[in-house]
Amino acid sequence: MLGDIVKAFSDEYKKTPVRVKVIDAFLVYALATAAVQFAYMMLVGTFPFNAFLAGFLSCVGFFVLTVCLRMQVDPTNKDFSGISPERAFADYCLANLVLHLVVWNYMG
Amino acid sequence: MSSPEPYVSSASMVETAWRYLNRTKSQELLIRSTCLIFIYLLAFSVRLFSVLRYESVIHEFDPYFNYRSTIALVQDGWYEFWNWFDSESWHPLGRVVGGTVYPGLMFTAAILYRISNFLTACIKLRDICVFTAPFFSGNTAMIAYLFGKELKDPETGLVAAALMAIVPGYISRSVAGSFDNEAVAIFALVTTFYLWVRAVNQGTVASAVLAAFAYLYMAASWGAYVFISNLIPLYVIVMFVSGRYHRKIYVAYTTFWAVGSILAMQVRFIGFNHVVSNELFAFNGVFVALQAWEGLVFLRTKLGSRQFGQLVYLVAVGAASTGAAAVAFLTLSGKLNPWTGRFWTLLDPTYAKKFIPIVASVSEHQPTTWASYMFDLHMLVFAGPAGLYYCFKKPTDGTIFLITFALTAIYFSGIMVRLMLVAAPAFVLLSAISISSTLQAATKELRTAPTGDSAASAAADASAAPKKRAISKRGPEEAPLTSKRGPNIAVLLMVGFAMTSYAGHCIWVTSEAYSSPSIVLISGWGPHRHVLDDFREAYYWLRHNTAPQSKVMSWWDYGYQITAMGNRTVIVDNNTWNNTHIATVGRAMASNETEAFKIMRQLDVDYALVIFGGMSGYSSDDINKFLWMVRIGGGVFPVVKESDYLANGDYTVSSKGTPTMLNCLMYKLCYYDFGQIMTEQGKGTGYDRVRNYEIGNKDVKLDHLYEAFTSEHWIVRIYRVKDLENRF
Repeated sequence: MLGDIVKAFSDEYKKTPVRVKVIDAFLVYALATAAVQFAYMMLVGTFPFNAFLAGFLSCVGFFVLTVCLRMQVDPTNKDFSGISPERAFADYCLANLVLHLVVWNYMG
Repeated sequence: MSSPEPYVSSASMVETAWRYLNRTKSQELLIRSTCLIFIYLLAFSVRLFSVLRYESVIHEFDPYFNYRSTIALVQDGWYEFWNWFDSESWHPLGRVVGGTVYPGLMFTAAILYRISNFLTACIKLRDICVFTAPFFSGNTAMIAYLFGKELKDPETGLVAAALMAIVPGYISRSVAGSFDNEAVAIFALVTTFYLWVRAVNQGTVASAVLAAFAYLYMAASWGAYVFISNLIPLYVIVMFVSGRYHRKIYVAYTTFWAVGSILAMQVRFIGFNHVVSNELFAFNGVFVALQAWEGLVFLRTKLGSRQFGQLVYLVAVGAASTGAAAVAFLTLSGKLNPWTGRFWTLLDPTYAKKFIPIVASVSEHQPTTWASYMFDLHMLVFAGPAGLYYCFKKPTDGTIFLITFALTAIYFSGIMVRLMLVAAPAFVLLSAISISSTLQAATKELRTAPTGDSAASAAADASAAPKKRAISKRGPEEAPLTSKRGPNIAVLLMVGFAMTSYAGHCIWVTSEAYSSPSIVLISGWGPHRHVLDDFREAYYWLRHNTAPQSKVMSWWDYGYQITAMGNRTVIVDNNTWNNTHIATVGRAMASNETEAFKIMRQLDVDYALVIFGGMSGYSSDDINKFLWMVRIGGGVFPVVKESDYLANGDYTVSSKGTPTMLNCLMYKLCYYDFGQIMTEQGKGTGYDRVRNYEIGNKDVKLDHLYEAFTSEHWIVRIYRVKDLENRF
């Protein structure tokens, strides 16, 4: 059952444009980093908790922002018709800047 | 009139201005800006009653701590303030102020102070603190204008600004001198909601980041930030359930979550609570749920229907089991913080009275009465539900948010009087929608030529009908009431009358009820006017006549004022973070003098301070609060039993009072030397003017304390604790 699902998914996914695949690769990287941090926290313990939260939330944060970017540049998404891809990208940079500044401050 | 030439015009300045002003758009802009300027000035000025009547002084109790913290921030700098450990309160425990305070208010006042100094307007810090609240209430009115504009149109915004400027529910906590968290927090609340609705409407990441910054300001200013962080996820759920979910909400919410969470965690007082506390469970939970939803939607576009069905089944089973296991593990291992008592009170109003006497004893935590709604909102009580009707009739993203906000705010305001403050902006916005829609519908026909005579009978019918019924008879909003001018003018007049009476009521309420500084009392009128400045007299006596390291024991209400004005260490203060310490003080006040002396020696107490109203008629004195001391003390030390102080179930200090009551320390400190005083003509000596009878024990002797200071009207009485006696 799982094999069927994976095969159907990869068949369909091959059709996405390369630019979107790059964004998706970045998303996978973000999730993987978050998973590694979480696993490390389970092994080693939560002290200092603020450092763990800073790192983990930074991964989750830019994962989420990249997903938003992906949604906004997708031309088939009618919700975002008023927003040009350049504007979406500029917002993305701004939000990432804010997020990482705060994360840097919180790491301690 | 000169000919219209593009660039070079031979028209004079006056003619150009006249031509400019004759254009409708410019007229509209001029009217709007003038209205907003006047609204701002009105919001600022209406809050100045106490400054005009008394002086520019900080009111009540909590603001004195905020004032003292702002002084520390301005003098010692940001780093010292952020790490401040205050050893002048909660002796001998001290208080970690840096980690237990919401710094938004102090930070705002300090910035205003620095800006005004930089602009060479050297305003004293105390005046900056006193006028912070009116300044920010003007700003709140402006944000209400923007919010109304975002929800519907600029006309709604204007009405919202006008209503917000003088709504008594908001004025109650933002008069000049009320330097408390709510002064800036309500501004932050309305701004966060406005920016959130704007983010949902626009769907850009930048607007959501701006909303997150407003959320940071709210989280830094007031503990009610949990209201925002529960309302916004609730709104997302409501949008889901009503089938109006779209991708813009996803962008807005997830960006708000990601940036807002980590920003709010910068406040030391909040810290890790933002991810581990149960209070913010919805905030984080909805985030996770949204990711899951969008993930499933993404997968559905990629998979065939059969595979998708199988996947959903697998995911549902897997997620449910791991989710349940994780929650169970975290709760049992204690990693998730429990709900606080204050939170339980919001769901079950009787919780505090049964379990936490110190929360129940605060007057602001009492349930709200119907009279309070009318008093604090006046006309908005009627216009609010009408606004709900309009929101339901034409739902947009913004109005659905307003509906959720209003319904939750109304529910919570029914539980605690203090939360009327949160319901006031909700009512203002709802009323703005209904009033603006009514006015627009009524004036639509008036702007065009009148189509028929206003038949006297029709006009009389319409005017006779009450306003609400007239509104409900209308069809869609664009269609006017009738095509006759009479009813439309009647509606306009009625709305005008309602608004005028609202304004009159608000100003009267502000003047009568919400402008007393509590620290200065006035009695009498005209030539018999008498100012009672006992509090400041006593605190400054303490400041100038006691050793700098003296410790003062009083009930927790006065702690902040004593540290701020008297500059002495106190045992307990209004922060009430340590119930056992307060119970110790309560036990000392309720025990007889020898027992109390032992407790006072343990706590290093040098001075005991009580507030006594029997001579002056001041009714919020310690004898009236005494039963709360007994209850709180009895909650921790079972030796203090409330029944010992009640004679036949009655609380009395007259000759019918119990011996325990008539010999306890509080009684002795209040009524020392009072038994020989004649307070009212025709009554005996020792007549208590608050309780309205003569006291029981008129011959009070103190063994271990002696009277150090009594203020002019006997309101504040300070006693020095004697040292141990010599051995021989």
